[in-house]
Amino acid sequence: MSLGDPQAAGSMVTGPGEPVGGGMDLGAVRPLRKDVWRRFRRNRMAMIGLVFLVFLVIVAVFAPLIAPYSITQRVPLFREGPSRDHLFGTDIIGRDLFSRVVYGARVSLKIGILASVLSLAIGILLGSTAGFFGGKLDTLIMRITDIFLAIPYIVLAIAIAAIFGKSENTIILVIGLTGWLSITRIVRASFLSLTQQEYVEAAIALGYSRTRIMFRHILPNALQPIIVYGTISVGGVILTEAALSFLGVGPQDPTPAWGLMVAQGKGDLVNASHLLFFPAAAIVLTVLSFVFIGDGLRDALDPKLK
Amino acid sequence: MPSYVIRRILLLIPTVFFAISFLFFLFFTLPGDPANLIAGGFNRTPDPGVVQRAKERYDLDKPLPVQFVHYWERTLKWDLGESYKNRRSVNDILGEHAVNSLRLGIWAILIEVVVGIGVGLIAALRRYSLSDKITTVVTAGMSALPVFVLGFVLQYAFAVYPHKHAWPEWLTLRTQGLGPDSWAFFFIPTGEQWRYLILPAVTLASVSTALAARMMRGSMLEVLRADYMRTARAKGLDERSIIVKHGLRNALIPVVTLIGIDFGTVIGVAVLTETVFSWPGLGSEIASSVTSRDLPVLLGLTLTVVLAYAIINLLVDLSYAFFDPRIRLGEGGEK
Repeated sequence: MSLGDPQAAGSMVTGPGEPVGGGMDLGAVRPLRKDVWRRFRRNRMAMIGLVFLVFLVIVAVFAPLIAPYSITQRVPLFREGPSRDHLFGTDIIGRDLFSRVVYGARVSLKIGILASVLSLAIGILLGSTAGFFGGKLDTLIMRITDIFLAIPYIVLAIAIAAIFGKSENTIILVIGLTGWLSITRIVRASFLSLTQQEYVEAAIALGYSRTRIMFRHILPNALQPIIVYGTISVGGVILTEAALSFLGVGPQDPTPAWGLMVAQGKGDLVNASHLLFFPAAAIVLTVLSFVFIGDGLRDALDPKLK
Repeated sequence: MPSYVIRRILLLIPTVFFAISFLFFLFFTLPGDPANLIAGGFNRTPDPGVVQRAKERYDLDKPLPVQFVHYWERTLKWDLGESYKNRRSVNDILGEHAVNSLRLGIWAILIEVVVGIGVGLIAALRRYSLSDKITTVVTAGMSALPVFVLGFVLQYAFAVYPHKHAWPEWLTLRTQGLGPDSWAFFFIPTGEQWRYLILPAVTLASVSTALAARMMRGSMLEVLRADYMRTARAKGLDERSIIVKHGLRNALIPVVTLIGIDFGTVIGVAVLTETVFSWPGLGSEIASSVTSRDLPVLLGLTLTVVLAYAIINLLVDLSYAFFDPRIRLGEGGEK
């Protein structure tokens, strides 16, 4: 059984009269949202991930205040190691690496979140349709998914990147349009089992429209794996962006995407390893944060798994 | 069982057909006329006569549906065509690169199975110990590190650094290319060869090994709690046979599934690994064929990879019956 949408279920448990977040006493009725948060907080790795992510969002939002230089501003110091003026050193054409990594938080979070949202939207739409309606539509959607699964992901991504061109926004499209396969399967599996539940039967008997049943009744109960997968996939997207940049089909130069910076730093590993180290560290820490938060959410949303 | 295998293979045919056809049409929606590219390149205005000859040679003068039919006619006879880039037969290119990829892949799988399953098993048996904690941290870190960064770091640590500090020659590993072609029994490197093989093999194995170790640890922990394990102990069996015969065999099922399903990821990792180490395998060749728009090479090599992927998945499904005799394939509603 799924615990479903924390908010919806939470207000159901507390009842309409009682304010959400009311009794904290032992044995008193507690909203599910609080329960989830309490369990999440106990997971140390997940909390470290969350703290780092909050820090990252602050850095991204206040990038112009934090970064001492702009992303294209050049100083006559090439490939200098870290110093007081340039915390992370300077790159091959004399740009301040610290400022670029700080602005990179904006780019990478934007790519990661938007591409994940796009894949999730496609996946939820296809998966719920397949799982809810079943029959021929289900077979069709699943066959299409199989066909795309058969094509190695990286080939598909490079080919589509070659069509759309190379920029920050097109890379979101490329990764978003190629990343919906797993989530489609996950959503379909949830819908297949949830469609058999009594409350769906009741909703059908009440004469609600299919769209309403799919998105108002079933989807909230299928959210748990979607939330977990979506969180982890933001990290996956950041890694994919790095891989595409390395292969030369990612965002192009002045864009301070971390993956691109790592790919550019590869030539100078011997003389200027800081060019590789700082953006790579940013990627690793960010991806790990999303993975830990995703793991923490899974355990918190479904305590039986522990 | 045989009818199950036949049904799976029949299902496979349309999937492969549509996947390759999709790539075929996708390629022609790319900007730029392929004949112009063959004749001159992106920016120059090529000689019209040369363009015409290129069109005739590569069947590009016909309408797209006709080309499409011709493509499949040839492909069904396993004639994969000719590279746009250097006019070499794709069958030859495939043969050469597939061998290199296989050699690298065999070692990566060996590392994945031995290290991944071994480390996962030890971590599960010594839960909460220091080695378990290290395993958790390292495997999580591995899956968050871009593959090519790992490749660069390994190159630096085992080849560049030792070279700079004049370590003895035999301690310095090689970072680029295939090296001398000396193999025993197809895949065992001899002499110099292992110094070229070891870094790319470790890089290729890294992601899947980390995943396999995590999976093995989780799966073993679950099995250790199972009732039949308690029963086995109660019967007075010795700990070793409990772990190996009752525990390991059951815990391996999800890990084997992972190793099969994960093949798609492995191809992605292979593209990056082979590019970093200039290893002339299928992955690096596929990546360069997309960027240089060498359609016959792209389709030919991808077709091979797709077929290999499908066959591996089939073998994995069949292996369930070996690990768990309760699973009977082909009966009931099995997909």
